[in-house]
Amino acid sequence: MSNNADSDSDRPVFSSPKDAAGDPLLRLDRVSKAFPVQSSKLFRRSRELVHAVEDVSLEVRPGETLGLVGETGCGKSTLARCIARLYDLTSGSVIFDGKDISYMSRREMRPLRREIQMIFQDPYGSLNPRRRVGSIIGDPFAIHDIGSRGERKKKVQDLMELVGLNPEHYNRFPSEFSGGQRQRIGTARALALRPRMVICDEPVSALDVSIQAQIINLLKDLQDEFGLTYIFISHDLSVVRHVSDRIAVMYLGRIVEVAPAEEVFECTRHPYTRALLSALPVADPDAADRRESIVLVGDIPSPTHPPSGCRFHTRCPKARPDCVRINPELEQVFDDGAEHLTACLHPLALGEDMSLARPQIEDSEILMAPRASVKSPGGTQ
Amino acid sequence: MSLSPTGPAAAAETVEETEGKVIEGRSPWLLGWQRLRRDRVAMISLVVIVLIILMAIFAPLATWVTGHPPNQQYRQIGLTPDGLPMGPSSHFWLGTDDLGRDIFVRIAYGARISLLVGVVATGIAVTIGVVVGLAAGFFGGIVDTLLARLVDVVLCVPFLLVAIALVSITGPSLTITIVVIGFFSWASVARIVRGQVLSLREREFVEAARSLGAGDARIMFVDILPNVLAPVIVYSSLLIPVVIVVEATLSFLGLGLPPPTADWGGMISDGQNYYTTAWWFLIFPGTALLITTLAFNLFGDGIRDAFDPRSDQLLK
Amino acid sequence: MLRFLIRRIGQGAVVLWLITMVLFALFFIAPSNVARTLAGRQASAKTVALIQQRLGLNLPLWRQYIDFVGRALHGDLGFDYYHQVPVTTIIGQALPVTLSLVLGASILWLAIGVFNGVLSAIRPRTFLDRSLTVFALFFYSMPTFLLGLLLLYFLYFQLTLAGFRIFPAGGYSPLGDGVGAWADHLVLPWLSLALVSAAIYTRLTRGSMLDVLGEDYIRTARSKGIAESRVIGRHALRSALTPVVTQFGIDLGALLGGAVVTETVFSLPGLGQAVLSALNQQDEPVVIGIVLLGSAAIVVANIVVDVVYAVLDPRVRLN
Repeated sequence: MSNNADSDSDRPVFSSPKDAAGDPLLRLDRVSKAFPVQSSKLFRRSRELVHAVEDVSLEVRPGETLGLVGETGCGKSTLARCIARLYDLTSGSVIFDGKDISYMSRREMRPLRREIQMIFQDPYGSLNPRRRVGSIIGDPFAIHDIGSRGERKKKVQDLMELVGLNPEHYNRFPSEFSGGQRQRIGTARALALRPRMVICDEPVSALDVSIQAQIINLLKDLQDEFGLTYIFISHDLSVVRHVSDRIAVMYLGRIVEVAPAEEVFECTRHPYTRALLSALPVADPDAADRRESIVLVGDIPSPTHPPSGCRFHTRCPKARPDCVRINPELEQVFDDGAEHLTACLHPLALGEDMSLARPQIEDSEILMAPRASVKSPGGTQ
Repeated sequence: MSLSPTGPAAAAETVEETEGKVIEGRSPWLLGWQRLRRDRVAMISLVVIVLIILMAIFAPLATWVTGHPPNQQYRQIGLTPDGLPMGPSSHFWLGTDDLGRDIFVRIAYGARISLLVGVVATGIAVTIGVVVGLAAGFFGGIVDTLLARLVDVVLCVPFLLVAIALVSITGPSLTITIVVIGFFSWASVARIVRGQVLSLREREFVEAARSLGAGDARIMFVDILPNVLAPVIVYSSLLIPVVIVVEATLSFLGLGLPPPTADWGGMISDGQNYYTTAWWFLIFPGTALLITTLAFNLFGDGIRDAFDPRSDQLLK
Repeated sequence: MLRFLIRRIGQGAVVLWLITMVLFALFFIAPSNVARTLAGRQASAKTVALIQQRLGLNLPLWRQYIDFVGRALHGDLGFDYYHQVPVTTIIGQALPVTLSLVLGASILWLAIGVFNGVLSAIRPRTFLDRSLTVFALFFYSMPTFLLGLLLLYFLYFQLTLAGFRIFPAGGYSPLGDGVGAWADHLVLPWLSLALVSAAIYTRLTRGSMLDVLGEDYIRTARSKGIAESRVIGRHALRSALTPVVTQFGIDLGALLGGAVVTETVFSLPGLGQAVLSALNQQDEPVVIGIVLLGSAAIVVANIVVDVVYAVLDPRVRLN
């Protein structure tokens, strides 16, 4: 597909994400990213590796929103940057719009940067405090040499209006805006070149709850208007549920479950996903009491020395001996559709009560914890 | 189509209407300048500095008023019968030196030297230091290793000793003085800039610029440099008085400007043999030097408090 | 830790080596008429050439350099051109003077600086604090030589005129001749060297102390009921002193320069005087020897400071 250098108005607009058929816009094929780290011991300069992302395969279709969830440190931000080619891949491939961009040089990537954009998490760090907002939003135009100065200014002001900012604040500095407004600025900047895909790296995590809703609604409106494809990263499942068509759950650098949004909630297969869900607040106190509450023991293991076999087995209530040996692949389990993939040797059946499960291996944090971690439904211990 | 937010929360976010006028942002520079203006000590120092600059520029005026050129020796009327300097009088406002020259006029001309060396040497040091620091911090890798080692070496060298060696070989001159001082001062600037760039490089807005496709040069000059300028300016304004003192010290040791050029350090050096008999020969140039450095130091402090209050730990 | 130490020593050696090269290069560029000066104005070209040969000046530069390095590694820094006195002897005579000056001054300035800084910090914005700050600023702006001369003028000249002959006008009295005279001759030089730096350290300590005193763990210590003097002395001071230590390492370089100046003002026959007069006579070996020594001292001091810093903060070692 050819990229028109300066026209940004004749992109096809998809009427609805689910209507989009055909090839995926983005395909990740066993993507891995490891960082070398200096050992903390004084003399051994051994090259240990932090396995931030391991063997991730995903597809994102045009016009859809893929939610990516996981705890802090699970590698979602790293994965985002691999997709945007801010990092080099250790192995695997990233194919965008049919083009393999995995190992492209910076120069080759340049035109593609107009297609893939990012919105960053930190509203305070992602904008240069010493530059005016108009200049920041106009950066994409300046970098890719689009339009004259007057034209750029007009476009920037249009963008500001688009995201809900007063275009007369063109000359203000980021410090004069609130957090929510700054995220709008970041959004305007990301949209300047009418990208096809926007990676939103925890765009609302740093904002107050009331502002979060505004920004999320803004993002949804923009998606409808411009037919954008989103990868929406968050650690907050409830936010992700609201915006995503499909959701992928990450743990320790690997995808453990991916499914259409509602199926993740109603037909949870992976124990980790179930644990994440059980942590979500529920409005009705009786319902809250009634549901199972899984409290995961311990911390996420170190990505430098991930557990053998299934990465989750040390904290999984359903751990079995084969979980220690075998690292499960993403595949359909039970009678799930082709859209619902799980990486688990002993996935949860519908209605299965995980709070009754006990791990059957020795190497389990649950067993080593001083008190049992799992509360039975309906009461305290 | 505008997607303005609605509702009470949104109203709090939207800002006042201004009838279509473009609003000028309040840049960090403007804010700093306002803070500086309110600092009385800094403002007084600024006035003093301006006065000194004026004195330097209009030094010929001193000659015109008193009728004494700076290097003119008045052995008859300027020295006592024993050949000693004469004290302050209506004729020679601040007295004469050992060769019968008018101290007042020489102080005025001496200001030129101090200010010239102060500003130019600082300018050289800062320019080199910023370039090196930017390159080292930004590119990292081999470039950084080499440049950082170079900076370390330069900082390890006993400045005055080597400066003495250098100047004594090439002979004292204004250019050499400026070059020598500039050459030894750039390293600390480079170190500071490098540190700043290293931390700035990790900031998200740099990542954002990369994700937009910005090249190295653009990121360095458009994104990083403006953030580095504030500490650099603060450091420069505190570097000037240090340079002035160093220049005076070199002159004092006889390594500064060749005689008979009027120079505060040189005058003090000549005056040290006469402090028992002609106190004015020592005290007046000394006071001029002290007031100048004091003013610059106070002003530099003011600038630091106004523009970069947290850089206290970086600077002396 | 050992690895760290070796690395730093290696760096130091490289620095020293570079300095010798630079010095040699400098002297090569300079028009040198040492041989002629020695020979006297009337001497023939032949005599001059002979002297040059004797001094080894007619050898190619790189040869001279290698000879020098070779000898230096054996502790032999050559002989001065004019009197054939071993450079090491010259240094040996001048060193105690400079050491007395420098060590005394640094102890003095650290003590004064830190003490005043702490005082200022625990009573911020009071009259005491403000006056100490003014004093600090005043002395900080003063060049060392000017301070020395002013001290001479007021504390020697005026006092003597008034009948109190406490301090001498200059000169040095060796320690062996009595501590009293030794100290008496050194008080003014110490003060002129120390007060300027004391000012810097007062400000530095004050700022650092204020930062630390604002930290949460100090607040916790106070709320636990620990006596204020202990809070300051044991808890706050330790963290506050880290930047002071760093600064001290940096200042050691400047210290030598200040020593040169002070020795000139007070006529102390130390290394500073030696190097100045050697330079005027183009007595290369002496200059190179002293500058080398000075650099070595700075390098060693920096290494020591780094080690102390690394002991205090283990993260530094891994850099």
